[in-house]
Amino acid sequence: MTVKLGVPSKGRLMEKTFDWFGARGVTLGRAGSDREYAGKVEGAEGVELVLLSAGEIPRELAAGRIHLGVTGLDLVREKLARWDMQVELLAEMGFGHADLIIAVPDCWVDVETLEDLDAAAAAFRRHHGFRMRIATKYHRLIRDHLREFGVADYQLVDSQGATEGTVKNETAEAVADITSTGETLRANHLRPLSDGPVLRSQATLFRARTAPMDDADRAALGMLLEKLGLV
Amino acid sequence: MTDARPFYAATDATRRATRAEALRLRALFEAEGAVAIEAGILQPAETLLDLYGEDIRARAYVTSDALRGEQMLRPDFTVPVVQMHMDGGAEPARYCYAGEVFRRQEEDEDRANEYLQAGFEVFDGANPPDADAEVFALFQRILAPLNLRAATGDIGILTALVAGLNASDKRKRALMRHIWRPRRFRTLLDRFSTPPADDARAALLAAADPFAGSGPEIGLRRRAEVEERLQSLREEAAADPIPTHVVDLIDALLAVREKMPFALEHLRDIAVDLPWINPALDRLAARADALSARGVDVDALDFEASYGRTHMEYYDGFVFGFYAETRPDLPPVATGGRYDALTRVLGRGREIPAVGGVIRPGLVLDLGGLA
Repeated sequence: MTVKLGVPSKGRLMEKTFDWFGARGVTLGRAGSDREYAGKVEGAEGVELVLLSAGEIPRELAAGRIHLGVTGLDLVREKLARWDMQVELLAEMGFGHADLIIAVPDCWVDVETLEDLDAAAAAFRRHHGFRMRIATKYHRLIRDHLREFGVADYQLVDSQGATEGTVKNETAEAVADITSTGETLRANHLRPLSDGPVLRSQATLFRARTAPMDDADRAALGMLLEKLGLV
Repeated sequence: MTDARPFYAATDATRRATRAEALRLRALFEAEGAVAIEAGILQPAETLLDLYGEDIRARAYVTSDALRGEQMLRPDFTVPVVQMHMDGGAEPARYCYAGEVFRRQEEDEDRANEYLQAGFEVFDGANPPDADAEVFALFQRILAPLNLRAATGDIGILTALVAGLNASDKRKRALMRHIWRPRRFRTLLDRFSTPPADDARAALLAAADPFAGSGPEIGLRRRAEVEERLQSLREEAAADPIPTHVVDLIDALLAVREKMPFALEHLRDIAVDLPWINPALDRLAARADALSARGVDVDALDFEASYGRTHMEYYDGFVFGFYAETRPDLPPVATGGRYDALTRVLGRGREIPAVGGVIRPGLVLDLGGLA
């Protein structure tokens, strides 16, 4: 067997991950052409690179099909119940920074905080006869956050992309999404609530707590973590 | 054998025993004149979402198809029973049922996500305190062999407390809305009694054009609605704070937790300064008498003013639960209460006084059974 390392299969997240490992003496790369999803590893014995969609890495970690995985803390927290029982956070990697925020139209000058949002939601339901819609793909995180604070009279509507456009299209009144610079929000006349992000996320290296390992795997994992400066 | 184990994973023998116990409990309810009814496992999600809000998604399983849209695996029987009654039940009516309910468990693996409930519901407005007492006394009698601790409360006292406050309707409506969310209720109360200084907010409310520099109007929440809220914020800022001694009285009331007679006495003392809660206390006293008349030892009955505030938010009067003191790891063996407000929402204006409760047969067997 080998120690399987799951890494996002495309884009900046993959490149930055390759750089991060490279800077620590472990060279990751694609095996063949740019289009091939097989990977190769140099500088660490017994480690296999698995290229996956970043969104699938939490699930693969939880299932123990990969031993290590690089993905955003936001995705792990959203997709895994009791996430810290299923995976161990090994290293925050210093890139892929993004905040999960709740944003409202900038023209809602009366809404700055969650408390305002709750009051606006109550009035909205009275006026329109349905609960205020918040478009997001982070259902669990947002629901937990709003319940924790006691916001009522809202509903989450699923939005897997172009979430910031939902307000203008009147399919949602507010949005909850990941943002790094806030530019997309501003361009769509949206503004984050002032009482801080729901979650601060970045690319993070996780270890699966339940992935099966034999003695050779344990040795290989130990060597790798030592090389990465994580023990 | 443990109820904590998922029902679907239980052994065949356990399932049979639990189902037999559920049907036995239902037969006891039938012997009290209740009509046994069946309800669909799939319930339209919209009704439940409108009642409980988005939080129910964290507690109920949602599924869907392209034709009927979202549906929920029934998280309880109350909604289907009320709907059935509204659609043509004659009054007074007593119903009973036994069947599976489904609850998502994402935090605690030891909590069952599928289990049986046996329930009894009374739709009878003739004498509400006696209907409360009827349900409670019946449950206590059935569960007596298990030596459970009964806790009781009364959400009606809390709603009366808020309704009578010397405060604006908006403040009262805000507090009323959050009676079932104790932390948020507390935050609101603090805000209304000692408003925090907020210079930015004050500047906004005083501005000639509060919209200056803000983005274009987008979305379904129109400018008029924003203006309306700004106006209510201005009124709020100008309103007299709720005096701190009233807040102290509210805290004292919420902290009442004693045997029923002492609790009532204590609440009457508090009501000297909050006289508008007296009608609600009269109802509490009438219920205590009705319980006594039905053979319940009210001198030994626990009353907690805050009990039931974190339950599902349809209970709006009497609330109760039965707990195994030797097994604090277990959820309550039985719970129930009055839910007139639910019938008001589901009845489209028609309100039918309703009180009821459920027993979990799996927990009954875990604790040694009733034989």
